[in-house]
Amino acid sequence: MIKIENIHKKFGKVEVLKGVDLHIGTPGIHAILGPNGSGKTTLIKSILGLVIPDKGSIKINGNNISHQWKYRKNIDYLPQIAQFPNNLKVSELLNLIKDLRNQNTRDQDLIKLFELTPFLNKKLGHLSGGTRQKVNIVLAFMCDSPLMILDEPTTGLDPLSTIHLKELLKTATKNGKTILITSHIMSFVEENADEIVFLMDGKIYFKGSTATLKKNTGMNNLEAAIAELLKENHA
Amino acid sequence: MLKILKYSFYDLVRSRWSLIYFAFYITLGFVLLFLNNDISKSVITLMNIIIVLTPLIATLLGIMYYYNSREFIELLLAHPMKRSAIFIGQYLGLSISLSISLILGLGIPFLIYGVLISTVIFDFLTLILVGTFLNFIFVALAYNIALSNENKIKGFGYAILLWLFLAVIYDGLLLTLLVVFDDYPLEKTALMGSVLNPIDLSRILILLKLDISALMGYTGAIFKNFFGNSMGMLMAFAILLVWVVLPVGRIVQIAKRKDF
Repeated sequence: MIKIENIHKKFGKVEVLKGVDLHIGTPGIHAILGPNGSGKTTLIKSILGLVIPDKGSIKINGNNISHQWKYRKNIDYLPQIAQFPNNLKVSELLNLIKDLRNQNTRDQDLIKLFELTPFLNKKLGHLSGGTRQKVNIVLAFMCDSPLMILDEPTTGLDPLSTIHLKELLKTATKNGKTILITSHIMSFVEENADEIVFLMDGKIYFKGSTATLKKNTGMNNLEAAIAELLKENHA
Repeated sequence: MLKILKYSFYDLVRSRWSLIYFAFYITLGFVLLFLNNDISKSVITLMNIIIVLTPLIATLLGIMYYYNSREFIELLLAHPMKRSAIFIGQYLGLSISLSISLILGLGIPFLIYGVLISTVIFDFLTLILVGTFLNFIFVALAYNIALSNENKIKGFGYAILLWLFLAVIYDGLLLTLLVVFDDYPLEKTALMGSVLNPIDLSRILILLKLDISALMGYTGAIFKNFFGNSMGMLMAFAILLVWVVLPVGRIVQIAKRKDF
């Protein structure tokens, strides 16, 4: 599905990605983990075409995505910071995205699920951070695309909404979707991810299941295993 | 592109800034007409305001709008949309909403005071047209600056400098040049110099329309000669158009290569 070959990216003097090779072929939840500044978001944005790599190629379903835009029809994206035009109402934003994508959507169910009905006629500028994130999630999940990319989806969510999010992720995997997630909340990753991609200093250090990672590091939970991985690499 | 244009436009039309801007022009229009009680005099006063203020507001709002919608642009870019469509859509949305504030804000008071049956209707239309051009030019320039500068403070700084340069410093430099080389025939230089700056060009266009170029002496006569006929007028508007097209072209170019 996604084939990334040897991508490099520099921002000014800082080299963020130093030759990342990644092949994601199976459906399921793939968690991209790594310390702050390891290049997770840059990697995700390269797949979306938001960041243009200096070198290397990214293919989705066999097609090179460089300077293309139509392939994004098959991708749903949840950005890290939920910022929208302050003057638009929630319903107008939803309509805008529906209008842009021209696809069948299931926004009504999601609005009910996240209890957003009372906010539909409020301006986005007047919403709290958590409510904005809920709107963000509705936008990301409403289109039902085969590939989903979620950047820190749990930020600012209350426990109930986090549970709803997990349920949504479960149904999505059942429906055979490929999901890429970045998160710093290890319990969330441990509970949900089928595969872990560990990124550090712009390179992939580990790719495999949580069980393998725990076995390799000799730890019995993911948080400790990741910490061990970090220590090993710093030593 | 049209969808983005539509939404930016709605977003802007309801924003406080467009309303303040509209209210400013409508008050200005009524106050000027009330105080002058003469439409053609009001047009001259208005010219001086429009020529300095429209570029300033367009530059500032252009910069502000881009930086404010940065995350939203990111959101849009993740959808199946062409990059150039997003930026051109936003650019047009902003330029059009500013122009509507200008056209309605000044149009309403002047219509009420009977500009349609006055002799200065064409002067007034030129003034509005030039103001609209200035909106499109300076929003495009502001977008260029904003796209090239991630740092907001720098972006604002450059934008204000650009406005200051074209609105004030440029004239000063040109004038100094003319004074220093007083002994040489400088009519052509003066003409060229003025044509290359959209603010100067707009001022001259209106002044010549208003037939007060006699006040400008020999150079004025040269200008009158150049712009007075339809050919010169056409060329002046063509140059204003180039001032729109070039920066817009650069917006598309930068947008293609930029990382978000």
